[in-house]
Parts: sequence; structure tokens; C-alpha cells
Amino acid sequence: MAQPSQATDGMDSVPALLQRNATRFADKSAYREKEYGIWQCWTWAEAEKEIEALALGLINLGVNEGDFIAIIGQNRPHFYWAMVAAQSVGAIPVPLYQDAAAPEMAYVMDHCGARFAIVQDQEQVDKLIEVQEGLHQLEHMIYVDPRGLRKYDHHKLHRFIDIQEQGRAAYHEWIEDLKARRGRLTYNSVCVMLYTSGTTGKPKGVVLSNRNIIEASKSSSEFDKLTTDEEVLAYLPMAWVGDFIFSIGQAYWCGFCVNCPESPETMQTDLREIGPTYYFAPPRVFETQLTNVMIRMEDAGRVKKWLFDHFMAHARRVGPSILDGKPVSGMDRLKYALGNLFIYGPLKDTLGLGRVRVGYTAGEAIGPEIFDFYRSLGINLKQLYGQTEASVFITLQPDGEVRSDTVGVPAPGVEIKISDTGEVFYRSAGTFEYYYKNPESTASTKDADGWVATGDAGFFEEGSGHLRIIDRAKDVGKMADGRLFAPKYVENKLKFYPNILEAVVFGNGRNACSAFINIDLTAVGNWAERNNIGYASYQELAGHPSVLETIKAHVEEVNRSLADDPMLSHCQVHRFLVLHKELDADDGEMTRTRKVRRSVISEKFDDLLTALYDGSSEIYTTTEVTYEDGRKGAISATLKIVDAKVAPVAAAHKVAAE
Amino acid sequence: MLDASEGYTTEDGRKIGGVVMEMKNITLRFGGVVAIKDISFDIRQGEIRAIIGPNGAGKSSMLNVISGFYHPQEGEVWYQGARRPQMKPYEVARQGIARTFQNIALFEGMTVLDNVMTGRIRQMKAGLLSQAIWKGKAEREETLNREVVEKVIDFLEIQHIRKTPVGRLPYGLKKRVELARALAAEPSILLLDEPMAGMNVEEKEDMSRFILDVNDEFGTTIALIEHDMGVVMDLSDRVVVMDYGKKIGDGTPDEVRRNQDVIDAYLGVAHD
Repeated sequence: MAQPSQATDGMDSVPALLQRNATRFADKSAYREKEYGIWQCWTWAEAEKEIEALALGLINLGVNEGDFIAIIGQNRPHFYWAMVAAQSVGAIPVPLYQDAAAPEMAYVMDHCGARFAIVQDQEQVDKLIEVQEGLHQLEHMIYVDPRGLRKYDHHKLHRFIDIQEQGRAAYHEWIEDLKARRGRLTYNSVCVMLYTSGTTGKPKGVVLSNRNIIEASKSSSEFDKLTTDEEVLAYLPMAWVGDFIFSIGQAYWCGFCVNCPESPETMQTDLREIGPTYYFAPPRVFETQLTNVMIRMEDAGRVKKWLFDHFMAHARRVGPSILDGKPVSGMDRLKYALGNLFIYGPLKDTLGLGRVRVGYTAGEAIGPEIFDFYRSLGINLKQLYGQTEASVFITLQPDGEVRSDTVGVPAPGVEIKISDTGEVFYRSAGTFEYYYKNPESTASTKDADGWVATGDAGFFEEGSGHLRIIDRAKDVGKMADGRLFAPKYVENKLKFYPNILEAVVFGNGRNACSAFINIDLTAVGNWAERNNIGYASYQELAGHPSVLETIKAHVEEVNRSLADDPMLSHCQVHRFLVLHKELDADDGEMTRTRKVRRSVISEKFDDLLTALYDGSSEIYTTTEVTYEDGRKGAISATLKIVDAKVAPVAAAHKVAAE
Repeated sequence: MLDASEGYTTEDGRKIGGVVMEMKNITLRFGGVVAIKDISFDIRQGEIRAIIGPNGAGKSSMLNVISGFYHPQEGEVWYQGARRPQMKPYEVARQGIARTFQNIALFEGMTVLDNVMTGRIRQMKAGLLSQAIWKGKAEREETLNREVVEKVIDFLEIQHIRKTPVGRLPYGLKKRVELARALAAEPSILLLDEPMAGMNVEEKEDMSRFILDVNDEFGTTIALIEHDMGVVMDLSDRVVVMDYGKKIGDGTPDEVRRNQDVIDAYLGVAHD
């Protein structure tokens, strides 16, 4: 496929887009951040000045073209400016997950060889100081929040606003240099380097060029008709490609406003205050929100509860059709309008989704009930399928063709093919350049023609042309008798129950499937409270006989639904146990984007896995845990192993019934 | 006699100034009970000064003497170079002394924000009429005060509970709100009465960090009473140890730790 070599209107870099926006949308809000209880606002013109000051300050500090600058912090305008300032001086921004532990950070810092780091606060400074020994390249750190840092050695530590101040003071000295550097940026220059969380092995640095980011932003903005009037809330990790595309790529392309919450804890309040029109959240966020709504409705009065149930049933029936513009009877429409006035509207407002015009979820499969719940309220929630290597977009669901079991049609400018083994391949203008310092992985992922292996197995549905993803290609295995084993499919079915937070299904090379299950503390805790079940810890609640009974019922329900699927009826879960701890990224059991690391888990809980298959009814185990500050501890527990009833396979069932 | 000019620098580089408050031979009696017996010590500008001791040692009484709530029968309190006469507590507060309480004393039905705003009462000077019609001075004052309060809220990381009624908060957060209210008064001396009592390890760590940050960021002089020896030794610059109303030790945490009287008071001593 021909790569566009020329940018539209000379907009061949993010800094170039910034210059355009600063003139074209000068007085329009570009960034808002809630600070001191008020939404502080910067227009495009003001943001351009802030970024320019920082860029000059960076040159003054000695940043060269081609340097890597690590950026570690929560979503704040300062860090978005830092990324664009880094680009303006010809450096490459490398955003990192701010909740990563020091050793994880050390690996990435060392791999990219960052000379500079722009970080949020004392916590991040401390982490970098802790690993500084091994980082020979790191020279200077710039921090935004000075709190607690007064006593630190300031030879190589600088305050963000001081660097900007120095930049302003040295304006005449460096402005020509800055302009020259900006002028040297092309469509081919590196825009950003993002580390993939990596479900296996070490993180890889994905190098994305201006072409990748701008083309992907442009075509996706056109696909959803995004305008300069959109409002987004930036709350997802800055190290994640999605945030980069939404909060920088599309925001700069369209010129819309990026709003940053006051703190992670206030996210829900801030969401409601801003009322975004364009919203992205992983399924987990929607799940949590729905669980919270349901828990609160359990506590509501009877009349309210009845009204809610009644109108929600109506919304489920006609809501999605109305949203998709399909014919719906006048009476139903009237009732839906009434429901909107009294139930759906206020509910959407409470959720902060009252103004959402385009909403996306991706990253994991979303439960059909959850998906339908939001759509029936009239929220245009859609799914997309993407990855870092594609600058997000591979497939998108067009308005009016939204379903919970597919991920949509190829995004504009993306070609997709399915290999003989069932793996999905794509190529597009957004396809990454290469993995940094890793030609072997680059070669094995991206072939000479630009086709990239996604690592996911899937197929195009006949008729609709929508792509359906079954599972990670490498996770799809064979059972002992040679039949298909698709763990994720089963796990997702399990996870759709509010009581189940995570599930890990085993069965590759074995004759039956079994599962580890994590309970959802919010949902199960609330249930325990209502049923007067006392518990002192997560562990105790997870091992409670009634909880096991409930989970068993869920597993059996899943088994029944699996029995109806001719492809996967043999993947029913025979035995399971409820884990005594939550799977956690700090312990390496999940990635930072909360995907389970199967191999790590089966290795770490080897004793439990053995017990699932050797017929024992309980097992004593000790597990090492890592606390947020990096210290380690151990927890031990005796876990009950539960046998779940397996439903007879549908085909056989039907024969018997006839 | 008050060498307000003299000061020293701590190991971690904080500047400790001269003496701001001095207790001279304080004796406090309740009827026949002697709560404090002939105690003298001083508090320096910018330091964290702890008062420790076993139960019933007279620590809270001492804090109440500092705050001006109790007036000692004997002895003198010198504050900012002048002898302090007997005062009403609000007069003490006007001198820039704020405190938190061992048993939380917040307005349970009011939001966190409103509670913290009450810490600014000293800075609200608009008259009743102006307050009622909400114009001119009252409005300007409120804006200014709110700004200070918001900075404190940001500093103590309680933005997410800004509009939550205090009654609904867990204990650890209530303690933090109390600290916020005291800070909102922009005190020159902050008195903390058992700031960590009843907290779990994590909450204690948070609170310790906030106390250190307050001292570091605003240069606030802090006098605190605490039971948890570990916390006291980590936090304070100098420690006064009391037992049965008497001072049995005074010095840096290391000096106090090695003091035989202190060890006896805490671990007990065999009577032969």
C-alpha cells in the first residue's frame, strides 16, 4: 500500500499542528485542568507559549536533537506540553507508566537511554534516584510538583516552571535554533516512542513517526466526524498509545480541548463536570460504573427500584434500535422519551456521560449485558480494535452497525488479511516504524510489505464484513484430545458476572478445563454487607463458603451457555478455585493495562494448578506479594477447590430430547 | 534572655531559628492534684518539638498550657519575646496558634470544605450586614479565604472529599481534615494532640509525611504529643519527656533514647 509521503497542508508534525492551532483557534480552550477546585484553562495561543518556553528551556539545558526524554506523570497539561516541547526541539518523548515500580522503570530508562526525565513529583524523583546507579545516560530531571523536594541536591534536578522561566529569559539566544529544529521535522521523523506493556517478555519500544500519528488521527477523526468542539477527559495512562492518539493526535488535528482531572480519586466528579462529548474507556471502567449503579439501586426505595427496573427493561428492548435509527413504534418511542426524562437522562448525567456523542471501548472484550446497558441508555458506545503498533486503529464500528461480539470493519486506510492459521494481519499508514534496538522482533512482527501480525486469532463474519476476534493466537491451544481451547472466550464469559473480577482458565494439553477466579471486592463486599456476612480481609471473604457457592452457580451458568456453542462446548470449567489475592501488576501477574500474564500465573501458582487436576479438595499455599512501595511480603491460605457441574453438550442434548 | 537570633541547621538541611516560645518553671494544679510540676523548656522557630510520656504524664495539660486554655498557677509563658498574660483561648488563636484535638472536634454535619473554611474565621472581618447581602468586602474576603483553603486541600490531598459531609468519613481522613482546618488558619505554631492515635500503619505513614511536608513547605513550628515512639523519634527535632508531671528528659531523639530515666519510665524499673 502506498504510504502518503506528503502531509496535508504541510502539517507534517505535531509542533506544526500546534502552530496552526495557535493561530486558527487562538482563543479557544486547548487544555483545562482542575486545580484548587476550579477549572484552570489555557487557550491554544497560551498553550503554544507555554510549550515554546519549555522548549527553549530544554535547549538551554542542553537537549540535542534525537535525545530521548522520559515523561512520567499523571494526565496533566504540563506533561502534554512536555511531549510537544520535546518534539519541537527534535527530541523523542517517551511516556512511562507512572505507577511502574523502580526496577521496571530502570529497564525502560536504560533501554531508551534517556538523558532527561520530566516527572511529576517526589515519588517519581525518588524512584529514578533509586535506580540512577544503573542509568549512565540520565543527566537531568525536571519535576512539576516541588513538594518535599526542597532538600534534594538541585545540581541535576530542576523545577518545571524554572526551566520555562530560563527558556523565556534566553528567548533571543535560542529562538532561531528552536525554529530551525522545528523546521527540520518531517513526516518521517519520530513522533513518540511508546513501550508496549508486553504480556510476554520485556517491554518493546514502539517507534511511531509523525506520519503514523497524524494519518491515524486524521482518518479516525474523519470517520467519527470529530470537530473542534469536542471535549475529552484525559485520565488514561499517558504511556498508553490510546491516550497519545486521543489527547495529542486527534486533539491537535481537530483542535479540541483536553481536560485533566484534579486527581485520580476525583475522576468521576470531574467527568460529570466536564461532560465529555468524545469518551474512551476500557471495559473495566464501564463494568465498575455499572456495578456501582446496580449496588446503589439495590439500596434504593421500592418505588424507585421498580421505576428503574421497569424503564430499564423498556430501554433494553428499544433503546439500541432507536440509537441505530431503526424503525420503532410511536408508542415505544413515547415511552422511551418519558424514560429519558425521568430515568435515563438523570442516570447518564450522574455517570458523566450525558453529552457523549461518540464513545469507545477497547482493549478487552466487553460483556454484552454491559455494552447493551450503555447503548440502551442512548449512549453511542462502540468498540474498536487496535494496538500500539497500529497507532491504535485497526477496526472500528461505524454508527448504526454496533454489536458487542464484533470489533467492526477495517478503519479507513487499513487493510486486513487473515492468515491460514487464523491470525489477523494488517497494514496501514499508522503502522509503526520499528521496535527500538530490536530488529529481530521488528522483522518477526512486520514483513517487508508492511504487513503486521497482530498475534490475535479472528475471522471476518460473513454478511456484515465485521471482524470477530476469538483470542490471542498464542493462547489458542489444543486440549488433550485435539479440540480447540480458547481460554479468553471462557474467561470473558465468567468476567461478565459482577462478582467475578478476573478469571484465568487452564486446559491447554489437558483433558478438561479448570479456572482461577478473583472475586470483585466491591460487588461481593456489598452483597456480604446486605446478608450480614462479616469478614476481616479480602482473603477471608474470598474463602467464604457462601461466596464459593455463588461463584459456583456462575461457573455452572457459563458451562450451560458454553454447551450451546458447538465450537467450544468442551471448554466447560470442571473445577475451579477462588484465589486468596487479587492478581496485580505489581506482582507481575498482569500487565499495567491489566491483561493477565498466563505463563507467569501458571508458574507462580503451580501448586494450585496441580491441585486443580489431582482431585484434592483443598490446598495450603503461600504467595509472595509486592506492596506499592516495592517491599515484599507473603500471604498464605488454605484454598478450597470446587467441582462445578458440567452441562451436557447441546447437540447430544437435542438428540436426547427428540 | 530570649536569644531569638540564635539558630542551627539540622542534618537534613532545615534551618531552625531562635526560640519563639519558652515555658519557665510551669506548675499546674487541679485542686490538690499536681498535673505539671516545675517544667521548663523552649520551642524554636521551624522545629518539630514532641512531648512524650506515659499515660497520665501531663502531656495534654502541657499542650493546653501552650494553647492558653489552662493558665498555670506558677511559672511564665514567654511567646515571641514577651511574657504572655492570662488569655482566653480565642485570644491565643489570634496570636497565630492553631491546634488539632485528640478526640476529633469537627462539625460532623458540614462538608469538609466548610469545616476547613471555619479555620479562616480569624481572617474574616466583614460585618454582619455585608456578610448577609454578600456584596463587596464579604465576597472579596470569601474568595481570598477560599483560595487559601483550596491550597490546603490540595496540599493534604483531600480534593476527592471536598463536598463530603465529615460525618461520613473514616477516622484517618477526619484527622486529616482537622489538620487542614488548623493549617487554613496559617498558624505560626501548630499544636497536634496525638495526631496518629488510632491509626493503622499506612495512615500513620501518610500523616507523618504530611506533618514533615507542612513543616518543610511552610516553615510552620510544630509541637506535638504522641504515643507512638517510632513516629516521634523519626519526626521530631527535639523531644521533651514527661512522667508524673515532671520533665525527665529533653533533647534530640538520640539523646532521649539513651536517657536512663526515660528508659525506666517507659520500661519500668524494679523497686528494691
